[in-house]
Amino acid sequence: MTTTQYRVIGSRPVRHDGADKVTGKAIYTADTKLPGMLAGFVLRSPHAHARVVSIDTSQAEAMPGVHAVITGADFPNVEDKVADLGEGSVNLSYLSSNCMAQQKVLYRGHAVAAVAATDVHIAEEAAKKIQVEYEVLESVTWVLDAMKEDAPLLHDDLVTDSMGAKAEQPSNVPVHLHFEKGDAAAAFEEADLIVEREFRTATVHQGYIEPHAVVADYNEDGRLRIWTATQGSFTCRQQTAEVLQIPLGNVLVTPCEIGGGFGGKITVYLEPTAALLSKKSGRPVRIAMTRADVFEASGPTPGSFMRVKLGAKSDGTITAGEAWLAYDAGAYPGGMIGPGCMCVFSCYDIEHAVVDGYDVCLNKPKTSAYRAPGATQVAFATEQLVDELAQKLGMCELEIREKNAVKEGSRRVDGPVYPPIGLLECLDALKQSDHWNTPLSGPNRGRGIAAGFWFGCGLKSSAACTVNSDGTINLLEGSTDIGGSRTSIAMQLAEVLGLEAEDINPQVGDTDTAGYTDVTGGSRVTFATGMAAYEAGRDLQQQMRTLAADLWDCSADDISVGEDGSFSAGGKTVGFKELAVELFAAGEHLVGRATVSPECPTNGFGAQIADVEVDPETGKVTVLRYTTIQDAGKAIHPSYVEGQLQGGTVQGIGWALNEEYFYQDDDTMANASFLDYRMPTMLDVPMIDTIIVETGNPDHPYGVRGVGETPIVPPPAALANAIYNATDTRMTELPMSPPKLWKAMQANQTSE
Amino acid sequence: MAPNSVSEVVSLLSEHGDRAKMLAGGTDIIVQLREGLREADVVIDIKKIEDITSFHYCEENGLSLGAAVACYHLYEHPQLSQLYGALADSTHIIGGWQIQSRASVGGNLCNASPAADSIPSLIALNAEAVIAGPEGQRTVAVQDFCTGPGRNVLENNELLVAIQIPAQGGECGSAYERFIPRNEMDIAVVGVGSWIRLSDDGTIAESRISLGAVAATPLFAEEASASLVGKEPTEENFAAAGELAKKIATPISDMRGTDEYRTHLVGVLVKRTLTTAALRAQN
Repeated sequence: MTTTQYRVIGSRPVRHDGADKVTGKAIYTADTKLPGMLAGFVLRSPHAHARVVSIDTSQAEAMPGVHAVITGADFPNVEDKVADLGEGSVNLSYLSSNCMAQQKVLYRGHAVAAVAATDVHIAEEAAKKIQVEYEVLESVTWVLDAMKEDAPLLHDDLVTDSMGAKAEQPSNVPVHLHFEKGDAAAAFEEADLIVEREFRTATVHQGYIEPHAVVADYNEDGRLRIWTATQGSFTCRQQTAEVLQIPLGNVLVTPCEIGGGFGGKITVYLEPTAALLSKKSGRPVRIAMTRADVFEASGPTPGSFMRVKLGAKSDGTITAGEAWLAYDAGAYPGGMIGPGCMCVFSCYDIEHAVVDGYDVCLNKPKTSAYRAPGATQVAFATEQLVDELAQKLGMCELEIREKNAVKEGSRRVDGPVYPPIGLLECLDALKQSDHWNTPLSGPNRGRGIAAGFWFGCGLKSSAACTVNSDGTINLLEGSTDIGGSRTSIAMQLAEVLGLEAEDINPQVGDTDTAGYTDVTGGSRVTFATGMAAYEAGRDLQQQMRTLAADLWDCSADDISVGEDGSFSAGGKTVGFKELAVELFAAGEHLVGRATVSPECPTNGFGAQIADVEVDPETGKVTVLRYTTIQDAGKAIHPSYVEGQLQGGTVQGIGWALNEEYFYQDDDTMANASFLDYRMPTMLDVPMIDTIIVETGNPDHPYGVRGVGETPIVPPPAALANAIYNATDTRMTELPMSPPKLWKAMQANQTSE
Repeated sequence: MAPNSVSEVVSLLSEHGDRAKMLAGGTDIIVQLREGLREADVVIDIKKIEDITSFHYCEENGLSLGAAVACYHLYEHPQLSQLYGALADSTHIIGGWQIQSRASVGGNLCNASPAADSIPSLIALNAEAVIAGPEGQRTVAVQDFCTGPGRNVLENNELLVAIQIPAQGGECGSAYERFIPRNEMDIAVVGVGSWIRLSDDGTIAESRISLGAVAATPLFAEEASASLVGKEPTEENFAAAGELAKKIATPISDMRGTDEYRTHLVGVLVKRTLTTAALRAQN
């Protein structure tokens, strides 16, 4: 546990962007207005799978007020081009045809054409006059159906890559992953107890409150300026440049304030389309999705089928694991199966394990990341089986987890050996918690626990800080701020320099002004961009020592920098501000800078407790009490950490109980609205209690671990375990909505 | 347009036919016009007409509820919310506070959604719709008012002016309950309104049960209602009435629930609303 006392870190200053947000002054993309700006409207496919035979735009183009109409034919041909977008390589033709369909539409909502007009109503009316002739094809939306040999093929040229080996026949499975550790088959033979079940989870959406929106202005000189809601302005710049086949340096992306992302605002959807409309019309163009567009045409996270098996010795040691996982990729390859495979056994030290994972294309929108992408599904499976082992062995569900929890030196099935981590500390905090020590009583009530893991990544970040003449600082960084990161980054700079958080004025720069910075994702921003701010502060101190040496007539080596950021030499001690003012007066002004690219994961573990009551007549679940425990390494701003824990947990509760893409017989989505896509409201969840564990990450100057994603991982499993304890019914399908739980309870009673 | 009298509305309706739409609270019609679900050339605001925006209760004739009276008037009214428990229940869960300050029971009835929250309560309370047209006024029992999803008995030149609900004695009680997967912001998977009148000996003298969201229109469960007459208000009897009510449910399966589940919920909610109604009658 960390014991260092800090001045700023661990305190709870008011966020720098707070006043703008609560008074409505913060500028979001849809607030952006440029002179002469047109409104864009995207025409979308009504079919789940169809060949586009022809598109006739003449009537739309002839409408008064219409300035430009584009189709897939206006996009550059990028077939067979591959771009490295920082998070692995992406086949550009897939990215491009997801923005605007070429020969085929692969899901309902797939863009087929777009119009720019003087207002959005004209644009919409014009879009209705575009004649698209479709040849409707057979479609598929269930992952196991899509894997069948006779399944309708989405991509004629797609063959399975099985750990490097290419299949001969095309299929809907772009990737088969296989991981092994030890000898699982032998370990199962020697196990005293084996549990095995099949699990299914529905496609779910991140449900960010702000729909995707973009403003694009394609200048006569070839410069393209974009204002958008994105989790990564630099990846947005690269994707847009690659899809449009224009030089990267010609594109400027200005990230506006963002109303939630959770992984869903990394891929470009509207940017290339708005850019082409702007180029064709010679005017700036704004496009905003409706909520239905967001559900049908952005990136939800995968539905799944999983078969998981665990073997244990009679003393509760889990000795063998086997998992067969198939995840929706959506319309194009590149789903979340990789992290699914890596996370399925990530919380337990299992000596022998084998994991097979399949990425599966089907007629749903291309899936995207969603808070710990791929991990929540597998936790739903594994954490229930761990409970089942405990129950059959007569053990406590906490005890079996403590006995098998990963720790420093444990090797995960995909290879890595853990450095110091905090799962055992989280389980200990759970054991000590008021919640765990308060008995739950009453009929139809149950308590469940579950653990969760997410890697947390480093990637590239930059920071620059300009010292003002009064010793305050303007901090420029490139991480779009989704969860209060301006403040958590500024606090780390304040800590190193001996300033207050309020002395720092943090600003999220655009792609022309900020140094290269990877996406706001992977729970990396407070960790990596915070590290860049820390290093930029160190850079300033280094410069100041050199300059002060001249001023004080000593050697830079004679000047030491204290933990409070003060500079001392020859019995003299001055604070940062004092020295900065002195230097400025002496004609020296200061800019500190740093770039970092830590490669280590930050390994965030958590554990959660859920109490539920189930209405035996309707199957409706009421969450009575909930506690989320997580190792934050070191909480820079505890309120924001608590907010991340609560927010992730609530999203996990929604995923568990009611959220799902509901498909009709024609494979189109029936519930593309917040009315029938049921995210929890404030009346559906109790106050989420939080316990922050701080084990200190040795790879960060202040010990930070990423916290944003892990909290969504345990809820479906913890709730399923609680529901089992309340009803004796094991739920293996998400969501555990009232009709499904009622049906399962009926079946359970009949079988007894 | 915002006319000041019913006759002006009728003449506007006669002129524009089905191209005219009525605006009371506007919580349905504005959304429907915006989403292209309904079309109109003329929107007639009826909130300037006093008869339509007021309500009166007397022990002789009961409650006369103007068609544009907003929901909150009912559940905030100390006497009416006691007398018409089912209607208080319904108006309390239609939307949130903002919606309840605008949306009217009359509008909820005319919108004729199979899942409308106030209609089963009105049917259980044996309410009548008072309709004005070129020939004067006519009344139609609420249980006969809806003819299909979004459709009702109103002619193009007619409007609903009021809902008339019989007076309630102390021996009467009613309740409405809906099932939704969340606790707010949802449309009823099933809704049930129940009304009970107790005899002096504590047995059931009369009962009316109505079901929502299990057919193309809200239904009056006649057989289930009649089955309770003369019986003790016990859970077993209420459950038996629930079983009878299930027989007339012909629900669809959709994203809000399967037909099997909805039919099951009818039984659960009939039992629960009758229990509450009986308790209210006993108190």
